[in-house]
Amino acid sequence: MRVVGQPIRKKDAMALVTGKPVYMDDVVSKDSLIIKLIRSPHANALVKKVDASRALKIPGIEAVFTWEDVPGNRFTIAGQTYPEPSAYDRLILDQHVRFVGDAVAMVVGADEQCVDRAMKLVKVEYEVLPAVLDFHEAMDNEILVHPEDDWEAKCPVGADNKRNLVAHAEEEHGEIDRVMSECEVIVEETYHTKANQQAMMETFRSSAYLDEYGRLVILSSTQIVYHVRRIISTALGIPKSKIRVKKPRIGGGFGAKQTAVCEMYPAFVTWKTGKPSKIVYSRVESQIASSPRHEMEMTVKIGAMKDGRIRAIDMYTLSNSGAYSEHGPTTVGLSGHKSIPLYNQAEAHRFVYDVVYTNVLSAGAYRGYGATQGLFAVESAVNQLAAKLNMDPVEIRRMNMLREGEIMPAYYGEPNNSCTLDRCLDRAAELMNWNEKYPCTDMGNGKVRSVGVGMAMQGSCISNIDVGSASLRLNEDGYYTLKISAADMGTGCDTILAQMAAEVLECEIDDVVVYGADTDSTPYDSGSYASSTTYITGKAVEKAGYALREKIIKMAAQMMGESKEQLEFTGQGVNNLKTGEILSLTDIGTASMCGNTMALEVTESNTSPISPPPYMAGMVEIELDKETGHVEILDYVAVVDCGTVVNPNLARVQLEGGLAQGIGMTLYEDISYSERGQLLQNSLMQYKIPTRMDIGNIRSEFCPSYEKTGPFGAKSIGELVINTPLPALTHAIYNATGLWFRELPITSEKIAMGLLEKEQCE
Amino acid sequence: MQITITLNGKKITEDIRPDLLLIDFVRSHGCYSVKRGCETSNCGLCTVFMDGKPVLSCSVLAARAAGHQIDTLEGLQEEAEEFGAFIADQGAEQCGFCNPGMVMNAIALFRENEDPTDDEIKEFLAGNLCRCSGYEGQLRGIKEFLSYRKKRGESCE
Amino acid sequence: MLKIKDYVKAESLGQAYELNQKKANRIIGGMLWMKMSDAQIQTAIDLSGLGLDQIEETDEEFSIGCMTTLRQLELHEGLNTYTNGAVRESVRHIVGVQFRNLATIGGSIFGRYGFSDVLTCFMGLDAYVELYKGGIVTLEAFADMPKDNDILVRVIVKKKAQRCVYLSHRNTKTDFPVIACMVSLQENAGKVVIGARPGKAMALHLSGEQMKILNSADVSETCVKKIAEEISADVPTDSNIRASAQYRSHLIRVLVRRAIMQLVKEGGCE
Repeated sequence: MRVVGQPIRKKDAMALVTGKPVYMDDVVSKDSLIIKLIRSPHANALVKKVDASRALKIPGIEAVFTWEDVPGNRFTIAGQTYPEPSAYDRLILDQHVRFVGDAVAMVVGADEQCVDRAMKLVKVEYEVLPAVLDFHEAMDNEILVHPEDDWEAKCPVGADNKRNLVAHAEEEHGEIDRVMSECEVIVEETYHTKANQQAMMETFRSSAYLDEYGRLVILSSTQIVYHVRRIISTALGIPKSKIRVKKPRIGGGFGAKQTAVCEMYPAFVTWKTGKPSKIVYSRVESQIASSPRHEMEMTVKIGAMKDGRIRAIDMYTLSNSGAYSEHGPTTVGLSGHKSIPLYNQAEAHRFVYDVVYTNVLSAGAYRGYGATQGLFAVESAVNQLAAKLNMDPVEIRRMNMLREGEIMPAYYGEPNNSCTLDRCLDRAAELMNWNEKYPCTDMGNGKVRSVGVGMAMQGSCISNIDVGSASLRLNEDGYYTLKISAADMGTGCDTILAQMAAEVLECEIDDVVVYGADTDSTPYDSGSYASSTTYITGKAVEKAGYALREKIIKMAAQMMGESKEQLEFTGQGVNNLKTGEILSLTDIGTASMCGNTMALEVTESNTSPISPPPYMAGMVEIELDKETGHVEILDYVAVVDCGTVVNPNLARVQLEGGLAQGIGMTLYEDISYSERGQLLQNSLMQYKIPTRMDIGNIRSEFCPSYEKTGPFGAKSIGELVINTPLPALTHAIYNATGLWFRELPITSEKIAMGLLEKEQCE
Repeated sequence: MQITITLNGKKITEDIRPDLLLIDFVRSHGCYSVKRGCETSNCGLCTVFMDGKPVLSCSVLAARAAGHQIDTLEGLQEEAEEFGAFIADQGAEQCGFCNPGMVMNAIALFRENEDPTDDEIKEFLAGNLCRCSGYEGQLRGIKEFLSYRKKRGESCE
Repeated sequence: MLKIKDYVKAESLGQAYELNQKKANRIIGGMLWMKMSDAQIQTAIDLSGLGLDQIEETDEEFSIGCMTTLRQLELHEGLNTYTNGAVRESVRHIVGVQFRNLATIGGSIFGRYGFSDVLTCFMGLDAYVELYKGGIVTLEAFADMPKDNDILVRVIVKKKAQRCVYLSHRNTKTDFPVIACMVSLQENAGKVVIGARPGKAMALHLSGEQMKILNSADVSETCVKKIAEEISADVPTDSNIRASAQYRSHLIRVLVRRAIMQLVKEGGCE
């Protein structure tokens, strides 16, 4: 391949490194009204009265909107294909506020100064209600987070608002109870992960204006332009034909912007006032009223034989959706569906889950989407099983892992068409020098060096649901326009999709101009999430490329008065194999604009009945200070099978970025609440994400399989890469200390105090 | 109050509110490269030079910057392009939102230390957060740039 | 959000002092902490035009103007030679270079913040502060004084035969310290300062007995461990978002022992 597989620079790279104004707040109209939100100080309350009379007297204040001003249609802000699995449980503003930080009123004014002044003058009276803050106590609690009668679950996900239940399901394969009873060794443990924040550098933000046709144009930092159009249409009760959604460059998403966290506010204000408006969340708002990872508690029971054979996996996940249901019914599924299949030799499995409402901020989609949590649990349990059996944890994986060609009962019965996980693991062990380093080396100064391992899988789309589309057009100078609605949020999809187009059209990357995403002019795409852009939209680009080649040949045939069969597409133009006549792309493109009836433009859509998993093995070496508990990461080795690597640079940086986020989640990114339900880590001062001094050396390699259903053999990479640090670091910490930690983050305090306690017991 | 600031070499005299922050002053003068990522002086996205030294423009009053020289990436386009190309060649710019602050501070590092070690690079840039890249690609880009510059045998100054 | 009605770049300390007597007026240092507050300030008083941003070194002392930045402290050769890098070590973890180019020694010390590395370090150096009205007082005494409307003009470090080590523990490399620890030893005196307890830094003077142990020819790690335990027992700690009181007390034992051992290994106690 000429273009696919090359480390091509991102098309927008130079604009980004030189600081060009390409993000929402750089390009939005300077006349935009400023919207800020008054937020509830209570975890559960009814808004009895909002007195804005004094605020409205501040010069420049346009309006103060409350629940009484907004439409009464419930909707979900989860960016999912209709009908959404997430329940319709939101209003733009609700009289019932359900977590500390829930929106009470919008204060709208000409500039920040007047809005800030007015915010202080709005008096809100609440009827404070008792709250359910502990997700263990949520189900069937007499306190209901959503007592309202117009609550609606559009899909049969086992939801019941009168039980605080967002979703429930049970599945079983094989005779789990019998097989488990026959096992010689059982490991059963419970694992807990927190509501970690994506913490993308650009906080949530959205803007709106009316265009010359009186339509509502929303310019938003979003991964899901089409879903936003539908969500706003439902929320405002206006037809979709009245709405256009566009995205500029996005300052990071990681799934956060797969939820329409703030689009409804400027949409409402502009629709109501006719004036342009914008909302830019502060970092505090992005921490306390956003769309983080679902807090989950997973109980994993693994049954094995003394020789290390894993025969049964039984898993129960309790997931905390918070005050609203966004992504609650779906993330939980991945905790089992993308962890249990790794041990596909097991004869039986059971996976049961409950997702509950509580009075904390609602969760959403964060890279890994439940798989991260589930893999932490299952991989940790397997490491513990290996320890219990006194087996090498790499060896026990070799013995039990899934193989290419197998059917995966725990993964919707899909086939495992492409998989080099076995080679990834072997190669990682080789790079890490595992046999020599496992389990640890005492450095003699209170410090121990140790290693740990974890494997991971993810998906490459949502099977039978995700749709990706691409439009390709030939222009007069022989260059192409590629239009997509996938959202490049820094990942580089504009570039890799152009690489695919250039590959099919046998041209250079610079011959393909990319435009997206805009619901008025770019073709339907469910959006950039679920790791689907490369696999789903990529295939649409490939199809569109071939279709356009056909059209170009057809056009050339007309121009030459020749039959198509005699013509060959060369990338530069079309050759007549019989006469040797050559028509350049410029000739053809120019001809298409004069006296022509055939548009040299095609649109192709794509979906997939399967979601081929990418795989990886991760190994970490740490130095642990047994007195302070400090963990220094020395070396991280990652070997990945994402199918064909479309752009090695971009894939590598995805990998490194994912590992860093996983490291932060494992060691120090904590979320906790006060007794009143106030989220404590409400800034980058308190929510500590890794700096460049906290990440050790990362070494990565690719070990590609070939996924025949993907474009050029590609699968996905974006989400997979966050998953291995959790089990690998936990394992390394065990190998250094003899202590298993089952709740994240594993802070230095937990390690040091754990070791002290252990010392005292001994 | 009236102040005069030399922004990217151009003298600007303006009537401002005393609590106007430098970040909002420079953005109102078209320096959109300067970004806000937090309110707690932690992210480094708003880095500008004040008399040649990198500072957080979110934490300086425009009033205090009066009479000083302020430079943003808009005024350092040549250096940004030259160095930034090495970040781009790693694919490490990713979403790009942290890039201007990081590029500014990297330029400050190169001016102060011609041949920094990996540890010196990491320490100098520790106040520039990035959530996309995992930092490794940025480090590779910086090292490539330094060795290119060394080969060319010229200094950044 | 911080609101300021009026801004004055002081032309003299006298003028700044006069302005600062009004309750609604405030002196701004690096402004990093103040910026995050919701304060309504009538007049912000800026000292940055008074030439107080210099470190002057003589044979007897370092005189550090209140507007000297943490970055200047970090890079000052004389100060770091005298403290064997302890000053640099105390500030280099603070957020980032751009932050340290703004944060001032005056602001860090006047605020007497619990988390302050700077207060911990300079208390360990037996520093003095020069107050515009209050004159020169020891930093230890200043730390206990109630906040008033005086102006911290300078920090003074008198040179003497001492050796010191600064250690801290942090959850991430540029976070606030969970515990900060400065140990300085002279021939017959020793001082341990513990910061981020999380209360404000607290100084302990080593007893005659403890100094005797440290000055003996065959000082062992066991003896030092005992001293560290004694010190930890004397330092009240508390819990906050970063760590529990118990862990902090444990870290004090570890870091004090390590700091003293480092000094002992580097060549006895003179």
